[in-house]
Amino acid sequence: MSKLKLGLYWAASCGGCDMAVLEIGDRLLTLVEHADIVFWPCVADFKYKDVENYEDGFIDVCFFNGAIRNSEAVEIAELLRRKSKVMVAFGSCATKGGIPALTNLYQRQELLDRVYIECETVENPDKVYPQTSVKVPAGELTLPELHTTVRALNDVIPVDYYIPGCPPVADRIWDVILAIVGGELPPAGSIVGAGDKSVCDECPLEKRQIKITKFHRIHEIKPEPGWCLLEQGIVCMGPATRSGCGALCLQAGMPCRGCYGHIGDEEDQGAAMMGAIGSLIDAKDEEKAKEIIDSLIDPAGYFYRFGMSKSTLLRKRLLNTKVKRDVKLEVL
Amino acid sequence: MAELEVVEEKETGTAPTTGRFEPKIVAFLCTWCSYTGADLAGTARMEYPPNFIPIRVMCSGRVDPEFIFKAFRDGADGVAVCGCHPGDCHYISGNFKTMSRMPIVKRYLEQMGLEPERFRLEWISAAEGEKFQQVATEMTEQVRKLGPLNWNETVETQ
Repeated sequence: MSKLKLGLYWAASCGGCDMAVLEIGDRLLTLVEHADIVFWPCVADFKYKDVENYEDGFIDVCFFNGAIRNSEAVEIAELLRRKSKVMVAFGSCATKGGIPALTNLYQRQELLDRVYIECETVENPDKVYPQTSVKVPAGELTLPELHTTVRALNDVIPVDYYIPGCPPVADRIWDVILAIVGGELPPAGSIVGAGDKSVCDECPLEKRQIKITKFHRIHEIKPEPGWCLLEQGIVCMGPATRSGCGALCLQAGMPCRGCYGHIGDEEDQGAAMMGAIGSLIDAKDEEKAKEIIDSLIDPAGYFYRFGMSKSTLLRKRLLNTKVKRDVKLEVL
Repeated sequence: MAELEVVEEKETGTAPTTGRFEPKIVAFLCTWCSYTGADLAGTARMEYPPNFIPIRVMCSGRVDPEFIFKAFRDGADGVAVCGCHPGDCHYISGNFKTMSRMPIVKRYLEQMGLEPERFRLEWISAAEGEKFQQVATEMTEQVRKLGPLNWNETVETQ
């Protein structure tokens, strides 16, 4: 039997997903016995040209991590889709936008201003913004175009499987690799390497059926060990987050941040969490409810920390949409 | 959520008859109080603008935040959630959940750049046809002033 050909790529990602693959440890040697890695820019010197030279469908399985936030990511995603038999969205960013998608709470121009003009460590008196192309004596140099909205992988190409997690847990990655090597993958479109219950089902902390009287940020109180953090007023995404991680954060005394994404069919994880948390608030009148909710800082950031690209509203309302749309036609 | 597709129509524009912008406002009405209240307004022949698109739900506690976001995404210019007064819920505690849930939704919507007037939570009992009339009139005027939301433009931009 010929060896399996594996490709790995990172788009808008921190590199943590690539580290997570390495975290399978010495099982990596077993993997290499069964598979050849034909593209992995994070750890070896592969060029886009190499991929272009492969014939279509050459790569058996492609693990794609990172969100889609510029034209380069779209281009490579489309290229890898052509060259791969099976495309796997790997990690929270590729499946649901992840941390990079939090920029959807800002306007594109705000972002550019902050990074290239206002940032304390930047000196840019001429207010030079990155350009998509520049003429130099040797010819024209080009850079990818930054998108207005960060999107998930399946918004630009068809995706066969989803492995959620920021990053996915090593044991779950190994389960998926074994399934691929053994040819035992579930029907296309499935979420693999995760459970179908909530993180609360795996959580070791005790639930005492007590309602929330005030929200606290994690540095503000010292929670009682062994007791549900949500009941103590620390926002924990457990009720609206898919199991699979083994409640790792909770075992370390930190609240769940929701990286494994939505449970069930409804993709809007934040809406599910707003629904859940609303029924846990200890208020008998509107003033009290408002007072408790005012102690909750940044609902959009908490509830959509990893799921903004798959939220129903997708992003903050665009200013001057008409102008932006003209720009889109011209540049992209 | 098939019933939400009513507001799918993309063009939110000027009505030929009135010559001004007619907002679409999706109103989730609980069947026991607010829907009956709206019914009372109708049977009593009270006049109110036709911009409220009523969706009857068994309880305001059944209104998942997702319904509200989907209404906005699919073209609503405003959303109202109406239920029984706190303490009067047919299911005892349903509207207490609404009472705690909707302020979170409201804050989230404001973070997403929506004006606060576009979302409203009201308690309307079965006897308050007049209150329904007043809420519908007031909210329609407020949203009319704000203009169309056109969330599809926000979503479709690259």
